[in-house]
Amino acid sequence: MSAATIVSLPDQATARIPKMNFLSKENGLLSWLLTGDHKRIATLYLISITFFFFIGGALAGLIRLELLTPQSDLMAADTYNKVFSMHGLIMVFFFLVPSVPATIGNFVIPMMVGAKDLALPKINLLSWYLYIVAGGMMLYTMATGGVDTGWTFTTPLSTHYLNSNVISAGLAVFVAGFSSIFTGLNFIVTIHKMRCPGMTWFRLPLFVWSNYAASILMVLGTPVLAITLVLVVLERTVHIGVFDPAMGGDPLLFQHLFWFYSHPAVYIMILPGMGVISEVVSTFSRKRVFGYTAVAFSSVAIAVFGFFVWAHHMFIMGISNYAALVFSLLTMLVAVPSAIKIFNWAFTLYNGSITFETPMLYAFGFMGLFTIGGMTGVFLGATGTDIHLTETYFIVAHFHFVMVGGMLMAFLSGVHFWWPKWTGRMYPEKISQLAALITFIGFNFTFFPQFILGTLGMPRRYAAYPPEFQALNVFSSAGATILGVGYLLPILYLTWSLKYGEIAGENPWQATGLEWQTQSPPLTENFPEIPIMDHEAYDYEWLARQQQKEVASVG
Amino acid sequence: MSDSTATANGTLAEAHHEHPPYQRHHFETVSQQFDATNFAMWLFLLTEVMFFGGLFTAYLIMRNWYYPAFVEGSHQLSIFWGTANTTVLILSSFTMAMGVWSAQMKRKGMLLFFLGLTFVLGLVFLGIKSIEWHEKWEKSHVPGLRYSGQSFLNPASDPEVYAEYHDKPLAPDMASKTEQYFFLYFAMTGMHALHMVIGIGILGFMIIRAKAGAYTSGHYTFVENFGLYWHFVDIIWIFLFPLLYLISRY
Amino acid sequence: MSHISPVLWQFLVKWLTNFALFPPEASKIAPQADALYFFMVLVSLVGLTIVVLLIVGFSILYSKKRHPEAVQIEGSTLLEATWTIIPLGLFLIMFVWGALLYFRIYTPPANAMNIYVVGKQWMWKAEHPGGQHEIDSLHVPTGRAVQLTIISQDVFHSFSIPAFRVKREAIPGRYTTVWFEATTPGTYHLFCTQYCGTNHSQMIGDVVVMTPDDFRKWLQGSTSGHSLAQDGERLFASLSCNACHNTRPDARGPNLVGVYGSHLALANGQTVTVDDAYLRQAILNPSQNITQGYAPIMPTYQGQISEEGVFALVEYLKNLDSDYRIQQTLNTTVLPADSEGKAGGQTPAAAKAGGQGRGPGEVQQ
Repeated sequence: MSAATIVSLPDQATARIPKMNFLSKENGLLSWLLTGDHKRIATLYLISITFFFFIGGALAGLIRLELLTPQSDLMAADTYNKVFSMHGLIMVFFFLVPSVPATIGNFVIPMMVGAKDLALPKINLLSWYLYIVAGGMMLYTMATGGVDTGWTFTTPLSTHYLNSNVISAGLAVFVAGFSSIFTGLNFIVTIHKMRCPGMTWFRLPLFVWSNYAASILMVLGTPVLAITLVLVVLERTVHIGVFDPAMGGDPLLFQHLFWFYSHPAVYIMILPGMGVISEVVSTFSRKRVFGYTAVAFSSVAIAVFGFFVWAHHMFIMGISNYAALVFSLLTMLVAVPSAIKIFNWAFTLYNGSITFETPMLYAFGFMGLFTIGGMTGVFLGATGTDIHLTETYFIVAHFHFVMVGGMLMAFLSGVHFWWPKWTGRMYPEKISQLAALITFIGFNFTFFPQFILGTLGMPRRYAAYPPEFQALNVFSSAGATILGVGYLLPILYLTWSLKYGEIAGENPWQATGLEWQTQSPPLTENFPEIPIMDHEAYDYEWLARQQQKEVASVG
Repeated sequence: MSDSTATANGTLAEAHHEHPPYQRHHFETVSQQFDATNFAMWLFLLTEVMFFGGLFTAYLIMRNWYYPAFVEGSHQLSIFWGTANTTVLILSSFTMAMGVWSAQMKRKGMLLFFLGLTFVLGLVFLGIKSIEWHEKWEKSHVPGLRYSGQSFLNPASDPEVYAEYHDKPLAPDMASKTEQYFFLYFAMTGMHALHMVIGIGILGFMIIRAKAGAYTSGHYTFVENFGLYWHFVDIIWIFLFPLLYLISRY
Repeated sequence: MSHISPVLWQFLVKWLTNFALFPPEASKIAPQADALYFFMVLVSLVGLTIVVLLIVGFSILYSKKRHPEAVQIEGSTLLEATWTIIPLGLFLIMFVWGALLYFRIYTPPANAMNIYVVGKQWMWKAEHPGGQHEIDSLHVPTGRAVQLTIISQDVFHSFSIPAFRVKREAIPGRYTTVWFEATTPGTYHLFCTQYCGTNHSQMIGDVVVMTPDDFRKWLQGSTSGHSLAQDGERLFASLSCNACHNTRPDARGPNLVGVYGSHLALANGQTVTVDDAYLRQAILNPSQNITQGYAPIMPTYQGQISEEGVFALVEYLKNLDSDYRIQQTLNTTVLPADSEGKAGGQTPAAAKAGGQGRGPGEVQQ
């Protein structure tokens, strides 16, 4: 290893993966399907969300392929509508929402707080099964012809004007919702009640704080989506107007209820990703996160404000001008904590000792792209510019910058960061750095032209578009192929590393979190004995002292 | 092993090795286990509040828009049965609370008695509810499946209700909105009944476990948490009763 | 450039010649909207530059090679305050500026010319007061404020004219309004931007902006022979509205002359201002909108009149300024052919002027 790295691996000639670990403890399919171990459930989640990510990704590829030409020539308009609807539904409910919390969060949160498991292991397993049932229903929806409501289920379109599988899609999302409710509930209980001795709230890693904030949103927001979908399904089957004005319903009621969940949902998606970035930036710059309390409270602030901004999705929908005013102001307020986070991460680098391993590269990607995504969110939060930009490709580009440029980068950063802990082996560094670079370039090529398209007025969800928009669409589609390569690479080399990667040892990154102070992969009960937290989070001096002591005692 | 994971103090470690059989392996102490599950139950009830909250929002908007239809729709409900059911539920909450108390006092016989009573009262509630629903079916007040607005266009055609309330006929457009009322009536009471059915199912399971003495050896967490759920379902009804049955009376 | 394939070359040429970063500015509000937009772009660029400079700068200065030992720093309240207050200040400027723009776009001036727009799967229908009907296109003059009263007949649609920087959702069951003043003659895109089902991407059209002279010619050339108000009058007669709303002392329904714009006391105790939305509600859901002193006997017309029909009735009622015109419709019922000759004398412009000139009168207090 060169000087410009912090990676410290055990001697490869003698190092072995510990014989007893959570992966090797029991064998056989049943030992996985009936497990209560949070790390095994996280592994199940990792496999399942990767599966759905690639389905959603393939659908995205179809969308970009269709948009190469202005006419709807590859697919009929009807098919295109189904493709983008399924892309949205799968990516939002089956990838983004569970990605960091249910996968990485599930794996590390109990270790971070110094517990043996989540508070409710059976509920944790139940939430994975609910996810699988929901996923199965979604695949069934797709196999039997798909659904073309868009992921937003807009009424009365979804309740009375379409004859695709709205009911099975709605119920799939309903079930997936309960999966995320149970995950969030489990996290909150664990963080409140399972912290090890000495682990005060302000010694928690920031990843725990941000997941805690996201869990509050899951627990309070998702039930509203659930009942809304029940009402949609009932309205569709019984033909009574709750949402359809032709039958005496209120179409804006649906919008209010849906966005009451779905706006906080974007914070459910991004907050855990922000937590990953805090961990990664601190570890690879060897410094405590700048302004720990500010970052921690900004997560909570986002969660709280996040509940009171939903109507900014409805500025042009005939809510009163004054309601728009209030919601616009609150939207501006929710943008501030995100800015605080970005600057705190940047200043964490100051006076650090920075190395550039893959997780850090993804984190840099996140910071750049999320800044763009966040700033363009302000364009849409300001009522005046929202009128022109909403419902165009501008908004598509905006949320892809936040969700793909932000969240997916954070997810990949986290997967690489905790991969040695998870599997006990390192991923190959050079090729993964290349993948991070390809992803970043491909991403910008794909989504930046969409900002211009949106400003020019190209509406979203169009199978065919006026020919003058073609050039930018071709750029975007070309970028998507690069992006596709960027996403395929990790799955290849990560799989490869399962067998051939270098042995990682306990703490390859020299990180301070409790999860790094135990063997990799960890024992089923995480720690041989429950740890006592006797230092602040991100205390690298403490870590150095520990290592000195160890050297001294061995020597 | 690195020193970082210093051993917890002796008593904790001891407790870990000599814990009672009902303590799950990942908890350090029984009280931690109790705290955690209890807290989880409260959180779950919070999600339930949000879940019903969506329905109540829809109800409030519709009621505000179509008040006359909601008033006459509510006249179709039997306040007698509604009151009876309210009493049954409040009673069952009392027996449930007594059940929790018996479990805390480790009195198996009493626990079985109170759980059984709660179980029966739950069934009585559902029985009365089904009588009411059946009546709606008979009078064609089931939206989507069997609906007629006759009772509202021409109240005199419904002599029983007419004798009590002397409702004026609703205009046709308003009369058609009574379907919204009954839709919400069925959605809300149906969702509530679904919670009752789940509760009764769990009660049955608890009675079987209680017979084996599962809750009277000091570990009554499950009974206590279920009690919270049961009281919650009861409270939902306390809101539903005036909102659906007593619209013009307060 | 022989090594570049001709297809790619042509494509690049085409792109470079057509390249634009924002659509044409063809309305009075467009430059104002763009000013805010460019301000935001500027702030974003500055913000992004600062973030990138910080990351790149620190990465170079404090890389492990140059700076092997990190120096632990707790944080800085001053810096936290700085990057809380400065973004907040900028966001608040954007908020206020944006809100001013929003109120301007969604508050039509009193003298605006009204055009009714109905969205339905998958077409736009525009109804001019003069009786001109258009499908998937909209002709407007320059230099005159135009207000659109929009409704959808089925699902959500959204009426978007990028060149004007205006957009408004077409909502089933309620009217929304937006206004603009076109400045540059030409043909611009009209999009439906709210996903509305299978042929969403075909729900497009042209907005044709004309000089006032051309527009006048176009109006004359495309007239259907009778104004929208006359359509409404005919509907008023054929639906027998005049059986009750007939201005007689013993009429079962309130007198509708001059009702538009007035404050009306309802049977349920509320007072409403009679506007387009109220008239629509009163026609479709009469029992919730009974005028004080009248019995709830009016049947609902929900499902019996198309949204275009409601527009015609609303336009008729807006311009109803004398008992005489209602009494005429009584004859119309008997002799439909007769009414055309009698009511046709009034030009749309005159009817409009009459409607605008009337002050709000109190009716049925």
